[in-house]
Amino acid sequence: MESKPISLMILDIVSILLLAVSTYLALVFAPLEAAMGAVQRVFYFHVATAWVGMLGFIAAGITGIVYLATKDLKWDIIEVAAVEISLVFFLITIVLGSIWARPVWNTWWTWDPRLTTAAIIELYYLAYFMLRQGIEEPGRRANFGAVYALLGAPTIPLTFMAIRLFRTIHPVVVGSESAEAQGGFNMTADMRTAFFFALFAFTVIFIDLLWNRIRLGNLQQKLEQLKLNILE
Amino acid sequence: MSAQREKDQKPSAGFLNSVLAVARKDLAAELRSPELLLAMLVFALLAIFIFNFALDLEPALRSRVTSGVLWTTFAFSGTLGLNRSMAVEKENGCLDGLLLAPVDRAAIYFGKAISNLLFLLLLEVVVIPVYSLLYGINLFNPGLLLVVLLGSVGYIAVGTLLSGMAVQARTRDVLLPILQFPIILPMLIASIKASDGFLTGVGLEDAVPWIILLIIYDVIFLAIALMVFDYVVEE
Repeated sequence: MESKPISLMILDIVSILLLAVSTYLALVFAPLEAAMGAVQRVFYFHVATAWVGMLGFIAAGITGIVYLATKDLKWDIIEVAAVEISLVFFLITIVLGSIWARPVWNTWWTWDPRLTTAAIIELYYLAYFMLRQGIEEPGRRANFGAVYALLGAPTIPLTFMAIRLFRTIHPVVVGSESAEAQGGFNMTADMRTAFFFALFAFTVIFIDLLWNRIRLGNLQQKLEQLKLNILE
Repeated sequence: MSAQREKDQKPSAGFLNSVLAVARKDLAAELRSPELLLAMLVFALLAIFIFNFALDLEPALRSRVTSGVLWTTFAFSGTLGLNRSMAVEKENGCLDGLLLAPVDRAAIYFGKAISNLLFLLLLEVVVIPVYSLLYGINLFNPGLLLVVLLGSVGYIAVGTLLSGMAVQARTRDVLLPILQFPIILPMLIASIKASDGFLTGVGLEDAVPWIILLIIYDVIFLAIALMVFDYVVEE
């Protein structure tokens, strides 16, 4: 069995350090928001985890297409890794968002485009794994996974557009603000530091997790191969 | 790669013929023993009855929930038909036969999609008048019929592709709705909203963006399904 590459171990440690610094920046360094108070600090990780979820979603769609074009199973391994990470991080985003929404919007959940779309992505990912679960043969499983990942690419933006035609109360902190949004605020310089550092830190964490998960996928594949060899 | 070879063998007039042959096969089988259509119909009527009691459809409420009830009924009974239509192919080794035939895989997809679409439209043609009759709401509105047609095309475009995948999985019967509903959600929202626009008589201005969304949805998913159907049925 091959040991973990040294560069991956370094990246693991860097990720942990970045997460620690980012936590400090979000919880201590960033100033207290005047209207919302301490609960606003959820925002830094909320946006950063959503960003990672988005990265994973896009990566899955692209690797799905590349797999169908090349038929190389390594792309399938990357696709599964991306979907898994995205599934977990969107779930964190939703939970953090709910914690923030309870005092600010006075409700745990509202049928806003972003919230609903994030929830639909979660359900879509669960369907993705149920589909893969039901298929034994690796080539076909990879085919179906790639096709389903590809179908999600237009679905999610269309779902967002469809729900957006209703009114939204989700605040847009980065970019333009809509009049009906509740709980929006302007970032000070220190808040911006904490915010962009969180984005950077979670991007590195995403790469680290993806790398680890791909390595795990490769090992799993090797294990399956070895099992087959014994049976023969 | 095999599709490419088959394409070279067959002229384009043959393409249309093979599409129609696949669709005709399904219709002939259905005409002989209409089990699929009958199951969809009975299910749809039961669903409407259940909605009546679940939502307590009194006259004031009816007009606001009609489009929601209709589309939920179509979506649920639709998966029943899609599941059956692909399962029959799989059970009797029909699919393998179809795949061995020297026709473009796209023709098989279109053939199945056309027969599936016809079954769904037939269901809708029965359900809409029955609903009108039972609830005293006039549903014979050209706008609504257009929305039903556009929505059904998108529904079937996605459903035919996904039923091809679901039928090859271990959990085949329960898998299709789980795979399909996240993908058809934008189409369902648009259809419900557009139908609402026509039924409440607010009129065109409200329904137009939804109809545009439906057309975009239909075009995108027909194109994708056509491109990837090869990967779904290949051995």
